[in-house]
Amino acid sequence: MAEKNISMRDALRDALREEMIRDERVFIMGEEVGRWQGTHRVTRGFYEEFGAERVRDTPISEMAIAGAAVGAAMAGLRPVAELMTINFAFLSLDAMVNHAAKIHYMFNGQFTVPLVFRAATGWGNQATATHSHTPEPIFAHFPGMYVAMPSNARDAKGMLKAAIRDDNPVLFSEVIALYPKPSLVPDDADFVLPIGKSDVKREGSDVTIVSFGRGVEWSLEAAKQLSEKDGIECEVVDLRWLRPLDLDPVYESFKKTNRCVVVEESLPMYSVGSEVAARLQEAAFDYMDAPVRRVSAMDVPLPFARDIELMALPSAQKVMTAVREVLG
Amino acid sequence: MAVEQSTTLSRETLLDWYYQIVLIRQFEERCDALYKDHKITGVYLHLYSGHEAVGVGALAALGTDDHVITAYRDHGIALARGVDAKPLMAEMMGKRTGVSGGKGGSMHLASRAHNFWGGYAIVGGHFPLATGIALKVRYMKEPNVVLCFMGDGATNNGYFHEAVNMAAVWDLPVIWLIENNLVGMGTRIEDSSGQPQLHKRAAAYGIKDGGRVDGQNVVEMYEAVSQAAAYAKKKGPVLLEALTYRYSGHGVSDKQYNVREDLASELKQWQDARDPINVLRGIINASYPGAEAELKALEDRADGVVEESVKFADESPVPTYEDLISNVYVGRSPLD
Ligand SMILES: Cc1ncc(C[n+]2csc(CCOP(=O)(O)OP(=O)(O)O)c2C)c(N)n1
Repeated sequence: MAEKNISMRDALRDALREEMIRDERVFIMGEEVGRWQGTHRVTRGFYEEFGAERVRDTPISEMAIAGAAVGAAMAGLRPVAELMTINFAFLSLDAMVNHAAKIHYMFNGQFTVPLVFRAATGWGNQATATHSHTPEPIFAHFPGMYVAMPSNARDAKGMLKAAIRDDNPVLFSEVIALYPKPSLVPDDADFVLPIGKSDVKREGSDVTIVSFGRGVEWSLEAAKQLSEKDGIECEVVDLRWLRPLDLDPVYESFKKTNRCVVVEESLPMYSVGSEVAARLQEAAFDYMDAPVRRVSAMDVPLPFARDIELMALPSAQKVMTAVREVLG
Repeated sequence: MAVEQSTTLSRETLLDWYYQIVLIRQFEERCDALYKDHKITGVYLHLYSGHEAVGVGALAALGTDDHVITAYRDHGIALARGVDAKPLMAEMMGKRTGVSGGKGGSMHLASRAHNFWGGYAIVGGHFPLATGIALKVRYMKEPNVVLCFMGDGATNNGYFHEAVNMAAVWDLPVIWLIENNLVGMGTRIEDSSGQPQLHKRAAAYGIKDGGRVDGQNVVEMYEAVSQAAAYAKKKGPVLLEALTYRYSGHGVSDKQYNVREDLASELKQWQDARDPINVLRGIINASYPGAEAELKALEDRADGVVEESVKFADESPVPTYEDLISNVYVGRSPLD
């Protein structure tokens, strides 16, 4: 299959464009998605190509963007609702949690809610406390809605297409820092990855690193350095989906390594790290040689000033330290 | 009728407003230059250039015990409220001496001492805070008013409806002042509001419609907000719309004006015909001729103040780990 080396931004753009061409019911709504060309330029050129009917600029109305997407989806359209950044999804939270995630169940299957909420996520660039959230675990808390968070361009394309084609609501979180990063992406309009499947991004036998989103980048960097410097071989599992959560590759890896580090960009309490650690001790207690270590953002709001912002955040360096710790 | 001359306002008052407007303009232009120089960093910096007369005129109508709150386009409001340029510039640069200790950044300026309750970066998020502050004012039977600035785009957010309605039901002393610069990011007001004459929404809430004011004319702003304040203190909320224009796009990342002819020419028209500095200059010349030398001296003074603020910020220390973990809770470390 032909592949092309493109950024995650372009991979997402291709996925959206192909799905809009494939299915007329797919349309985009959100703040600045059209004339402005998308806040992060993912929908660049769409307004010109598909027109205002299918690329709908909305008022600054997050409650109605999310809620109207739910209604349109129930009625038979397939909305891709952009929430600009995940920080503003807190205003949409009720429509997401109480309606998108509940309607199929509550009315016992009479309605489906086939929609995708797209949101840019992640810290960095001094966006400050209100604009630096990576709160995906909050959204993944609730049954009824899937949560996706790709770590590279290839996955982003295959996962977004899967999300759009699926009949369940999906929160699709896109890490801002990954938008410009390229990888090889199949040049195929039917390249669709399965929903809820983790992926081993690097094989190794000493320590299992579990991560997702931007954490995968830090984990792979740490694994590379540890291998080169210390001969430590880490296996890196990319969860890709926080819900459905596929831990089978993690258990399999752990049975081999007996040690685990979970790396995430989000806050430490009630986190993916907490969940993975709990599940591991339930599923593989007998294989455990060391306590599971968690690398995450510090448990503080993020400040503006660059130096202290960086202190609060995870990094490849912090992952390396944690790996050495679990090895004792 | 446009105010082109004023005999009721003293010469000193008009000169003071001139100074404040020029100070804001120079502060903002310096921020822009510092951003290009990577002295101010980050992704957000929303300049108040073009809006100066709205903030200066509106705040001139308030007393020091009245309350002010706004969104992220807050530098000019802070200056007009009398906050010293030095800690403001230090905040822009993320320094420990900044008004928010370098933690808030340009979008989150505040000064408790000035009853300036802050700039808020979640669109609409500060509206109910204004309602709450006004509730305290009524509750304690204080004779004051809350002035809540907002953008035109922000009026379409759900917070607007809930906050404005609640303040209406309780007859709270709030002035909702919409700075209508015709666009929110890239979305024009006609494309985002079913009723683009925003002040008319007052009718829907049963509150006083303060009308549409020329936001480029500081005297008209002052008069409109003075009337609104008197009404709000006695009776209840007022909704007021000021027409204005942003000179530097949405923020530092907005490149539209470089590529879109229509926007560039719209901007030029506002600058040529309705610049708040020129409008006030005209009023001063018509009311108290012969002030040219003084105006020049005020411009120099503003220049000196901005220069000094940059020096102060430059020489200030950056925050430390202690700052990172301070004030997460009242009286408790997040590490406990
Ligand atoms: C809840 C929320 N949604 C979206 C944004 C992104 N955003 C920041 S400013 C802005 C436009 C606001 O326009 P307006 O209220 O007219 O104010 P102006 O920038 O013109 O002063 C948008 C959409 C945000 N910060 N918060």
